[in-house]
Amino acid sequence: MSKPDQFVLRLPADTQALMAEGARQMGICNSCRYCEGYCAVFPAMERRLEFHGTDLNYLANLCHSCGECYYACQYSPPHEFAIHIPQLLGAIRAKTYRQYAWPAPLANLFDSNGLFVAVALMAGIAAILLLATLFAGNGAALAEARPDGSFYAVIPHTAMAGVFGLVGLFVLVALLAGFMKFWRDAGENLAEFTRPFALAETLKDIATLKYLDGDSQVGCTYPGEQPSQARRWFHHLTFYGFLLCFAATLVGTLYHYGFGWQAPYGFYSLPVLLGTLGGIGLAIGPAGLWWLKVRQDPLTASPEQAGMDIAFIALLILTSLSGLALLAGRESQWMGSLLILHLGAVMALFISLPYGKFVHGIYRGAALVKYALERRRPGLDLGGD
Amino acid sequence: MRSSALSCKASARHPPQPWFRLGRSEPSAPAKRISRTDIPKQHESTTMKDPYACDVLVIGGGNAALCAAITAAEAGAKVTLLECAPRHYRGGNSRHTRNIRTMHRAPMHPLIEAYPEEEYYQDLLKITGGNTNEELARHVIRTSEPAIAWMRAHGVRFQPSLGGTLHLGRTNAFFLGGGKALVNCYFHAAELLGVKVLYEAEAVDLEVKNNRFTSAIVRKDGAEMRIGARAVVVAAGGFESNLEWLEDAWGPAAKNFLIRGTPYNMGKMLRVLHQRGAEAIGDPKQCHAAAIDARAPKFDGGIVSRVDCVSLGVVLNRDGLRFYDEGEDFWPKRYAIWGRLIAMQPDQIGYCIIDRKPIGRFMPPVFPGFKANTIAELAQKLGLPVDIVVKTIADYNAAVVPGQFDHTIMDNCHTRGLAPEKTHWALKIDAPPYYGYPLRPGITFTYLGVDVTPRAQIKMKSGDVAENMFAAGEIMAGNILSKGYLAGIGITIGTVFGRIAGEEAARHVKA
Ligand SMILES: Cc1cc2nc3c(=O)[nH]c(=O)nc-3n(C[C@H](O)[C@H](O)[C@H](O)COP(=O)(O)OP(=O)(O)OC[C@H]3O[C@@H](n4cnc5c(N)ncnc54)[C@H](O)[C@@H]3O)c2cc1C
Ligand code: SF4
Ligand code: SF4
Repeated sequence: MSKPDQFVLRLPADTQALMAEGARQMGICNSCRYCEGYCAVFPAMERRLEFHGTDLNYLANLCHSCGECYYACQYSPPHEFAIHIPQLLGAIRAKTYRQYAWPAPLANLFDSNGLFVAVALMAGIAAILLLATLFAGNGAALAEARPDGSFYAVIPHTAMAGVFGLVGLFVLVALLAGFMKFWRDAGENLAEFTRPFALAETLKDIATLKYLDGDSQVGCTYPGEQPSQARRWFHHLTFYGFLLCFAATLVGTLYHYGFGWQAPYGFYSLPVLLGTLGGIGLAIGPAGLWWLKVRQDPLTASPEQAGMDIAFIALLILTSLSGLALLAGRESQWMGSLLILHLGAVMALFISLPYGKFVHGIYRGAALVKYALERRRPGLDLGGD
Repeated sequence: MRSSALSCKASARHPPQPWFRLGRSEPSAPAKRISRTDIPKQHESTTMKDPYACDVLVIGGGNAALCAAITAAEAGAKVTLLECAPRHYRGGNSRHTRNIRTMHRAPMHPLIEAYPEEEYYQDLLKITGGNTNEELARHVIRTSEPAIAWMRAHGVRFQPSLGGTLHLGRTNAFFLGGGKALVNCYFHAAELLGVKVLYEAEAVDLEVKNNRFTSAIVRKDGAEMRIGARAVVVAAGGFESNLEWLEDAWGPAAKNFLIRGTPYNMGKMLRVLHQRGAEAIGDPKQCHAAAIDARAPKFDGGIVSRVDCVSLGVVLNRDGLRFYDEGEDFWPKRYAIWGRLIAMQPDQIGYCIIDRKPIGRFMPPVFPGFKANTIAELAQKLGLPVDIVVKTIADYNAAVVPGQFDHTIMDNCHTRGLAPEKTHWALKIDAPPYYGYPLRPGITFTYLGVDVTPRAQIKMKSGDVAENMFAAGEIMAGNILSKGYLAGIGITIGTVFGRIAGEEAARHVKA
């Protein structure tokens, strides 16, 4: 039997060389086209005859490294054509995250993403602890049991809202700036982005995770060679869990400012129900994605993505578990510590959104909008083969 | 001695052919040829142990073999499958395919409209010049319709006609991911059914007594073993990877052929079957050959090495002269004759020349064309006689009759007063830059095979029918395809006859 390393594609680290390799591989795919039905990458590729850096950045963000086109490729290494699209596009995608990061110097945070997330977590916890001790006066007050589960006795609402509001604002600006860089690099203008049909198509693709379905309901070749729906379902749990938690926060804010109702809310109140459901999704989903990731066929894995994937997943799990624990223990003497842990994790999650795996949602979403726009534009007419 | 005589794989490395020497023949290394009679004697040894004994032994790992193995296993037979390639390169030529031609009376995903039996049969008659076995052909055509459901049930997924192949949307069903995805599904299905798959296991001989198969001699891991079975299905493809054999059939010209598919179809089983008394069918010179880029690898270049601008330009030979009407018909209908046309030119090479105008109107080629700002410079880059090329193009330009160019119809752009004329899509070649693509004959597969009954049993020269020996796929396709080719029928024949062979073999075993 051949040794495994002959199946490995060695990609250049240098950006220019990587883009040249990308153009080479896409050129071969473009005259083959056998994988056209798997995902959006191939139909988008077919609209082009040449592949510049900007085209490759766009195509890379349409790919989610499911592996289908690797297993199907008659030219995978050691064949001399050496085609390996999941690894190629995975490597380019990782580069785009750095390229579009704002402010630019923070792009370095992608390099050792695990370390960054760990530091962010510690800093987040420390900051919340500092806030809490500042207001509570002394550490002992934090360990008091509060039968009413009142968080604001530990950290006043204004302090909490102020800090998270500020961080949230920064994160929003950073993500928007990243999006603008991507959109401009893709050669599009903002007016196009707001075309309703394209947005609607994209939202539908995202809501159903259309491209994690392969075709005809069998799923994708992830983590291994046999198609499975596992990744799709775990991603759904993660995504909708995230949305539910977000919704819980919005409803809570509305209660607070709109109706003047103060937290804590009862177990069956809307914010707590939403948060609990979301938290459960956000615990099981990422755990499942982690479990799949560990099992991923090394032949289709993209080493450039691995670090940030795990860092993001771990942080999501910590956030959801600490949130659920806080809910369970909010009337005990652990409430103060749990609240600090949870808010610290949420803070780290916020801070790392623009500098971690979360950005895939922004660029992939934007790439899908471009894809929907492109499909309405006239394509090449190459006649028959 | 060339390794190909010893190993199950043709030597993939051919003498390097820098582009500037493409036009000149390579001095051929003296190679020892295996003669057709150089077949091993029947193996005598009885001491070899047989851990793989089974009911049905399937030889081959492509579409036909897999369909046979799955069908036999589903019928309850214990099946062993021998694939001489390593796992990564399993699947023979089938791993390079993309579609199956399927009869259908009504739209049937992914096929549109209808493609009735009679039309399919007439298409086949047209390309074979009427020379087909009607009984077998009609059987294949009729059984192709239910085959789609069977394929789906075994994991094969389909997709609408690929970009650039819309003309096939009615007749040919495309596999999602192409042929490698297809064989991946089948290998998985076979393994789930308990089929024992042996990779890098090459059948080198068959033991046949009184038209009955008893066992196969198999080379694996450098040693030989005997595998006994109560029936055998031979689905080991043609002999297209065997350069010596191609040279036997074609003469020295074969040295310049490229092999589009697997290097593993050495024709060993074909030769052994003929040697053991099977009736041969077909002409060793008949094959499917397309014109492909001369820079493609010697083996396994597959679909991407095609060059699709012939009908939009002119093709010159080594001497700088045109030799055939490039605009005779739509390219999809003509690409398969150009392999043969180029094989008949000196040094088996051609050069397709276009100017700027067709760029963006044909499927993108993998190898970029040679590019120059004048015809003379292009001729020089391609190693062609400059003066003659300049004159050929000038004469051609002078003969072009202006018309309305439209490459989607048989338009009225043609030449007048040339030999040969270009009858459609003839535009002047006068807008620099100019591009040149060197072309070689690319063999897809050979048609020489064994004669079979409609039950896929092998017919013997003695007039008997071998009760427990079956053949499927390329190795018997010559019964239906005497010459010419109908896109997608290779997989149809393999699927239909693979299933028949598997079913009949299992039935024989149980009887
Ligand atoms: C580039 C290309 C594209 C094509 N596209 C299409 C298409 O789209 N549609 C279509 O219908 N046809 C297509 N064809 C033709 C098609 O590939 C064949 O007709 C078909 O695959 C034949 O199937 P098969 O199972 O008989 O042979 P193969 O798929 O070639 O399988 C033969 C198998 O036998 C094995 N083998 C050989 N000798 C031995 C031995 N001694 N012991 C053990 N194993 C052995 C080989 O390794 C191989 O696995 C294409 C061919 C090529 C080259
Ligand atoms: S990945 Fe391979 S099989 Fe798929 S389109 Fe590209 S070259 Fe073709
Ligand atoms: S890995 Fe999956 S998503 Fe990426 S290009 Fe291949 S088929 Fe498409």
